[in-house]
Amino acid sequence: MCDTCGCNLTPGNQHLAFRPVAKGATAVSVLKGLLAKNDDQAAHNREHFDRRGILAINLMSSPGSGKTALLEATLTALKDEFACAVIEGDLETENDAERIRAVGVTAHQIVTGTACHLDAHLVHDALHHMSLDGVDLLFIENVGNLVCPASFDLGQHLNVTLLSVTEGDDKPAKYPVMFRAADAMLLTKTDLLPVLDDFDPDKAEAHLRNLANPAPVLRLSARKSLGMDAWLAWLRGQLAAQRARVAIGQSRRPAIQSDGMKYHSVTA
Amino acid sequence: MHELALAQALVEQVDAVISRHSATQASLIRVRIGPLAGVVPELLATAFPLAAAGSRMEHAQLEFAHAPIRVRCQACGAETEALMNRLLCGACGDWHTQVISGDELLLESVELINDTPLDSPRSAHPYV
Repeated sequence: MCDTCGCNLTPGNQHLAFRPVAKGATAVSVLKGLLAKNDDQAAHNREHFDRRGILAINLMSSPGSGKTALLEATLTALKDEFACAVIEGDLETENDAERIRAVGVTAHQIVTGTACHLDAHLVHDALHHMSLDGVDLLFIENVGNLVCPASFDLGQHLNVTLLSVTEGDDKPAKYPVMFRAADAMLLTKTDLLPVLDDFDPDKAEAHLRNLANPAPVLRLSARKSLGMDAWLAWLRGQLAAQRARVAIGQSRRPAIQSDGMKYHSVTA
Repeated sequence: MHELALAQALVEQVDAVISRHSATQASLIRVRIGPLAGVVPELLATAFPLAAAGSRMEHAQLEFAHAPIRVRCQACGAETEALMNRLLCGACGDWHTQVISGDELLLESVELINDTPLDSPRSAHPYV
């Protein structure tokens, strides 16, 4: 995308480019994604990952829906099979990174202070604090928040969104931007389902389909080791797919960004 | 809450446009924000003056272009309007749809003011 030669003008948007303005003023068409700077940095991060054959996964959810517990169980199961690394995002404390290190996996903690989401620059800075050599799987645990993280590309290949059964099963309907971006939705803490009569996993899945999202829905409990095999199998499959893409010089962006944008006259 | 970060990104981009066109300030900034972009225009409008304070767009008007949610059905091919949390085909009801409008987050255009007198060599630049 370029701002100088006019190649960002298409039949679909050129009517916006030239319009009469008051005398003494000039109207210029820009047609650039507001997050262009973040997106450029995200693309750069993705190149870092692709060059090393790393699969990068962005984990998003509300606070307390079990992202770190899922990581602990996942890393314990996979650390002898693959080299894993984790970037943790939180407003404060090093607690989550310490939990990951206790499992024996490299973790870098980003303390965002007041920022409610990670962005591509924060992730890039974190990459400079860790060695990516030999890493197969990089998990980025975003700040617990169902709103803001959905709007920022970090350079990840996949978004995984968690919904714990202690939340409402209509969360996908309430936070459509977040759940539309999911490449997989994990229903977590399912061991609690017998005592929670108001969470219907089928309804949660139906709300996700209402967002036109075909992502797989996996039901699991990291603490009680329920349903973990399907999740680990999905991860192995995605890593194999990433290696196949890298082998032919291709990459992948999270679902809505790659598919949706081709229908727009302008890419952000 | 991330609207302030967005307002700062917007100010940065408009500032680059002002420089590129050798203008002195921006008078109108037009952005297109779809409901599915995850950005609340009202909050961006509140954050903008904070981000723009002291800049060359301090007095600019921020205008929002309407971007309705529209989906294209992969089953029947129809293009219909949809609701934010119900992106189903309006014709056949299938959920296999593609959003074709409504998730934009674009700086669409900027109106610039150039205080340089008309007889200066600068005004000869062909940016109209």
